[in-house]
Amino acid sequence: MKPRSMKRKKIVQFFGFFFLRVCLYLVLAVLLLFLFDIGKKGVGTISWEFLTKAPRRGMTEGGIFPAIFGTFLLTLITAVLAIPLGMFAAIYLNEYATQSRMTRIIRLSIRNLSGVPSIVYGLFGVILFVNILKFGTSILSAGLTLGLLTLPWTITASEEALKTVPNSYREGALALGATKWQSIRTNVLPYAIPGMLTGTILGLARAAGETAPIMFTGAAFFLPVLPKSLSDQFMALPYHLYIMATQHHDIAKVRPLAYGTALVLIIFVLGINMAAIIIRTRLRRRRR
Amino acid sequence: MNKGKTKIEVQNLNFYYGKTRALKNLNIACYEKRVTAIIGPSGCGKSTFIRTLNRMNDVIPGARHEGQILIDHENIHSPKIDVVELRKRVGMVFQKPNPFPKSIFDNVAYGLRINGLRNRDKLEEIVERSLREAALWEEVKDRLDENAFALSGGQQQRLCIARALAVEPEVILFDEPCSAIDPIATAKIEDLIQKLKQHYTVVIVTHNMQQAARVSDYTAFLMLGELIEFDETKKIFTAPANKLTEEYITGRFG
Repeated sequence: MKPRSMKRKKIVQFFGFFFLRVCLYLVLAVLLLFLFDIGKKGVGTISWEFLTKAPRRGMTEGGIFPAIFGTFLLTLITAVLAIPLGMFAAIYLNEYATQSRMTRIIRLSIRNLSGVPSIVYGLFGVILFVNILKFGTSILSAGLTLGLLTLPWTITASEEALKTVPNSYREGALALGATKWQSIRTNVLPYAIPGMLTGTILGLARAAGETAPIMFTGAAFFLPVLPKSLSDQFMALPYHLYIMATQHHDIAKVRPLAYGTALVLIIFVLGINMAAIIIRTRLRRRRR
Repeated sequence: MNKGKTKIEVQNLNFYYGKTRALKNLNIACYEKRVTAIIGPSGCGKSTFIRTLNRMNDVIPGARHEGQILIDHENIHSPKIDVVELRKRVGMVFQKPNPFPKSIFDNVAYGLRINGLRNRDKLEEIVERSLREAALWEEVKDRLDENAFALSGGQQQRLCIARALAVEPEVILFDEPCSAIDPIATAKIEDLIQKLKQHYTVVIVTHNMQQAARVSDYTAFLMLGELIEFDETKKIFTAPANKLTEEYITGRFG
C-alpha cells in the first residue's frame, strides 16, 4: 500500500469521527440548553406551597397540586390498561400466533398506530369512551385514551424484549416435556420481563406528558378539588402548562408558574424513566 | 450382533419444509439399548430426521410429514399420543450446549419441576443421580448453586445431558452434540454415550465419521434426504455396500 493513500485514509477517518462527534454534541447541547432554561426559570417558583396547594385567584397564585395528583392518577389508570394488555398481546403475537401474512399485517398496523398523532387518539377517545361507552368527560375516559395511545409502544417494546430470548431456551424446555405455556412462563418471561417493563414504562412516561388526548376526554381547565371517583374531571400537568402558557388571560403574570409547572412535569417524566431503569437493574440482578 | 428389540421404527418417512422435500422415503430402525448414528454431508437432512423423532419439528411453520414413526410399535403422530408425554420419553441434547440461565441445580431439576415434583429431598436425589450419570457430579457437586453459564462448553453439554436424563427418558437424541466443543470434552461425551446405552436407546447425528465409528452400533448414511445405506457400523465402515457410502467415509466428498 502506498504511504500517501494511508495518510489520506487517516485524514478521512479523522474528519469522519470529528463529524460524528459534532453531531452528538449538537444534540446534547440543544437538550441541555432546554433543560437548563426551564430549570433556571422554573426553580424559583417551586416551593412547598407550589407543590401542595391548589391554584388561587384565577390561577395567578397558589400551587399545582391538583394537576400533579391528576397526572399521577391518570398515569396509574393508563398503566393498569396498557401494561397487562400490551404484554399479553405481545406474548400472543410473538409466541403463539403462527407467523403468517395476517400476523405481519397486524404487526405493521401496530407499528403504524404508534405514529398516529395523539390528537387523533383524543378524538377517538371522545367518541368511544365519552360518548358510546358513556364514561363522560372523566379521568377514566382520559386514562383509557392514553392507554390506547401507549399500547402500540407497549406491544412493540414487549415483543422486542421477547425476541431477545434465545430460541434454545424455548426448545430446551419443550424437549424436556414442557408445554408451550410452561416453557414461556418459566423459561422465556423471566428473561423478557425486565425489557418488557422498561419499554412499557417508557411508553407511560410519554403518555404522562400528552395534552391533546386528555383535552377533550377529561382534563379540566381549572378545578380546585381533587377527583373523588373515576367519573370526575381532573387537572393534569401538561394541560395546565398549556393553559398557563397560551390560554390564560394574563400570560405575562403567570409565566413563572408555567415554568414551574414545566419543571415539575419534566421531573415527573424523568422519575418514571428512572423507575424503569431501577426496575430493570433490580430484576436483572435478581436473576443472576 | 444381536439386534435386540426394535425401539424406533421409521416407515416411509417423507418430510417437507413448505414445498422443499427434506426427507425422502426413509426406512430406519433403531434398536433398544443400541447407539444408532446418522451421518451424511451438510444439508442431508440428519438434523431434520432426528428432530422428527421427538416431534420438535412440529413448531416449524409450514413443516409436514408423511409416513410413520413408531416408538414401541405406537405411531408417535397418533392422536392418542400427547406430544408433551412423547418428549419426556424421547429426550434431546442439542448441537450447541443450551443450559438455561439458572443455577446448575435448577437446570437439572427443570424437567422435574415442570412435571410438578416439589419435594426437595427427592429433587436433590435425582439431580445428583443425573449428574453422576452424566459424569459431571464430581466437577460441580460443590457449586450447584452457581449459574450454569459459568461452566465450560463441554461441562455445559454434559449438564444438558444430565438435564435430559433427569426426566428418565427411554430414548436420547443427540443432535451433533460435540460440534461446538473441544476434543477432550468430546472424548468425555463419547465415553458417556457408551455408558448410556446400557440403559437407553441412543440416536446420534454426527458430522464426524470417526465419532460414528467409535460410538455407534448401527449407522445410517443420508444424502440429500435419502437413505443411502443403513447397517451395522462395523459393516458400513469396513465393507460398505454402496459406492456413495464408500466415497463419503473415505473422505472423497462431504
